[in-house]
Amino acid sequence: MNLEIEVMENDEKQQVKLTGEIDAYTAPKLKEALLPLTKMGNTTVVVDLEQVNYMDSTGLGVFISALKSTKEYGSELRLVALQGRVQRLFEITGLDSVLNIDSTVRGGK
Amino acid sequence: MEPFDFIEMRVPAKAEYVGVVRLSTSGIANRMGFSYEEIEDLKVAISEAMSNATEHAYENEEGGEVTVGFALYPDRLEVMVADRGESFDLKKVKEGIGPYENDQSIDDLREGGFGLFLIEALMDKVEIKNDYGVIVLMTKYLHENEVDINDDQISTTQ
Repeated sequence: MNLEIEVMENDEKQQVKLTGEIDAYTAPKLKEALLPLTKMGNTTVVVDLEQVNYMDSTGLGVFISALKSTKEYGSELRLVALQGRVQRLFEITGLDSVLNIDSTVRGGK
Repeated sequence: MEPFDFIEMRVPAKAEYVGVVRLSTSGIANRMGFSYEEIEDLKVAISEAMSNATEHAYENEEGGEVTVGFALYPDRLEVMVADRGESFDLKKVKEGIGPYENDQSIDDLREGGFGLFLIEALMDKVEIKNDYGVIVLMTKYLHENEVDINDDQISTTQ
């Protein structure tokens, strides 16, 4: 019932690997880690969600504010390797049409 | 009155207990025979209600509690989530829910507006009482029983 956040910074890309659950308890921690990366400007923030087995609207909220922030600072946000359940939440809410989501990068499953 | 089993939990109105209630929900739904997908729907819906309740209870007083009641019927699960805090403006919340439409600007996106929308999308029935605190009552039917009613075959799973 926790979330592990691993950030790997490159020159042109910020890789964020998440492991665990995104809910009311862990979402503030995620927001705190993610927003500064989006504010670096001219960079791509890639969030790997392969190991996220639970997410609810608190997670959607974090990604919406990260998206807004990237637009403001001329950066880009990409969500990759989503599990089916997590992907479904983006679809139900229509957010898959505004966020850059790539579920095909899932490895081995 | 229809017989049912009832389970009640009272947890501190803190975000860290949302996950505890979610795990309990998963256990109860599994016990009742809900499918994997249905259990995942229930987990999200009840977490959304819990997140709302903890937020409201927390805004108003330190040390508030959230009460969750599970009523287990042969054909359905009813879950009640009650904060005992002040009521919030239900009409305003209702107006703000709904999926994102393509013609909306990204600036209009509601960062916290999808909770109630998801509850309604994932549960079969949702009722909200707003007189003393906020009570969200959610119902999910056991799909296999629904099918069996319209089915001539005898099911051995029950």
